[in-house]
Amino acid sequence: MIGVIDYGMGNLFSVLKALDRLDVEATVTDRKEVLERCDGLVLPGVGAFPDAMKALNETGLKELVQRKVEQGTPLLGICLGMQLLFDESDENTSTTGLGLLPGRIVRFEGENASGEMFKVPHMGWNHLDQRHPSSVLLNGIEDGYVYFVHSYYLTTEDDEVVIASADYETTVPAVVGKGHVFGTQFHPEKSGPTGMKILKNFCEYVTEQTERGV
Amino acid sequence: MLTKRIIPCLDVKEGRVVKGIQFLSLRDAGDPVELAKVYDEQGADELVFLDISATHEGRKTMVEMVREVAATLAIPFTVGGGIGSLEDMKSILRAGADKVSLNSAAVRSPELVTEGANYFGSQCIVVAIDAKYDEEVGTYRVYTHGGRRPTEWLVTDWAQEVERRGAGELLVTSMDRDGEKTGFDSGLLETVQQVVGIPVIASGGAGNADHFVDVFQHNRADAALAASIFHYKETSVESVKQVLKENGVHVR
Repeated sequence: MIGVIDYGMGNLFSVLKALDRLDVEATVTDRKEVLERCDGLVLPGVGAFPDAMKALNETGLKELVQRKVEQGTPLLGICLGMQLLFDESDENTSTTGLGLLPGRIVRFEGENASGEMFKVPHMGWNHLDQRHPSSVLLNGIEDGYVYFVHSYYLTTEDDEVVIASADYETTVPAVVGKGHVFGTQFHPEKSGPTGMKILKNFCEYVTEQTERGV
Repeated sequence: MLTKRIIPCLDVKEGRVVKGIQFLSLRDAGDPVELAKVYDEQGADELVFLDISATHEGRKTMVEMVREVAATLAIPFTVGGGIGSLEDMKSILRAGADKVSLNSAAVRSPELVTEGANYFGSQCIVVAIDAKYDEEVGTYRVYTHGGRRPTEWLVTDWAQEVERRGAGELLVTSMDRDGEKTGFDSGLLETVQQVVGIPVIASGGAGNADHFVDVFQHNRADAALAASIFHYKETSVESVKQVLKENGVHVR
C-alpha cells in the first residue's frame, strides 16, 4: 500500500487517480496509524515551502516521514514535496526542510547571464535530460517531456543526487534521489506516458523492497 | 528548453460538448471525456473546458465531468466559464482540475484573482482576457460577458493588474480575430507579451498550422489555443506539431 500524505497542501486527488490508473493500491490520508503501515510514501505538494513545513511540523507528520525513511520505507516527493526533502529553502524566508537529501531551494532569478528576462514560473513541458539513466525511476524511459510548474529550484553540491534535469535558462534538477528517497520537480501525474512510467517505476520499486522485507 | 504548448478548447454545456464536433469515429461525439482522450492521444499539451451551462444543474454536472476527466487524463486541464467565487474555484479544483480560468468575474471583483492565488497558488489561476481594438484610444480594450460588454480597462493595464494580483497565466482572446481563421492577433499578443512576465496563451484566429508557426516563431505567446480547427478535423494537434517541428519551433 502506497500512502499519499495529506498535510493540507496541494492536489492530492490527481496523484491518487494516477495511482488508481496504474492499479496500485493507494490511499490519501493524514492519519499516522495508516501511514505507519504503508510500504511506500508519496509527499505531494503545491504551495509555499514555509507553509508546508509548518503543516508537517504541527501535524507531527514530519517526524513520521523522517522515521519511516530511516527504517527504509521508500519516499517520493512531488513538486513542492520534492523540495521539502532537502536541507532548506529560500522561499519567503529561509526555512529548514526535511534534510533527507543535500541541497538548497532557490528562486529563479528571472534574468539570465546575458541580462535577458525570462518568465517565472517555469511552466509547461520540458525535455527530461537523463544523467543517471540506470536509476530505478528512469527504467524504460528513453526520451520524454514532462510537465513543470514551479518558481523555485534545487541547487546542490552533490551531483549524484540529480538523476535527471531540464534546461530552463539554468540547469533545473528534475528527478532527484539517493537510496530509497526520490523526488520529481515536475508533476508525473500530469506528464503523460513519461510521467506515468516514472510513477510506475516508483511503485514497482516499493513492491520489490517490500518483498525483500526491507 | 520549454516547449510551446498546443491547447484544444472544448465548449461544454450541461455535461456535453457542443459546437458541432465532427469526430465521426467516436461512439459518442458529445462526450467530453472521450474527446479529451482523443486530444490527449494526438499530443495535446493541455486542455481547456469552457462551461457554457446556463442552469444550476448544468453547473453541478460540470463538477462531475471534471472528476471523470481527471480520472482519465494524464495532462493538465483548465476549467473556465461562469466561475464567480472562491467556492466555485474550490469545487472545480477539488474535483481534479489543475487550473481555473476567470474572466468576467475577475473584472467585476479583481480581489477574486488575489484570493484564488493566495488560496490555491498562482499556478492554478488563469485569467482569460477578451480584447478588441479600440480605434478611438488606439489600443486594445477589455470586454466581458462573452464579448458583449466593454469595460474601462485597457488590455495592458488589466494584464498588469491581474499579474500583480497573482494570476499565473493569461489566456488572451482576440475578439477581432475570433472565428475568422486568419491567424492569431499579433498586435494584441505583442502588446500583452511586452508588459507581463507570466505565460501568455494566444487565442482567437487559428485557421491552419502556419498560424501557430507564426505566433510562436515571433514569440508572441507561450501557448496557443484553438477550438474549431481541431473539432472540425481541419487539422489535428499532431499535424500542427509536425509543421511546428519542421519550422524549428520546439514542441513536445
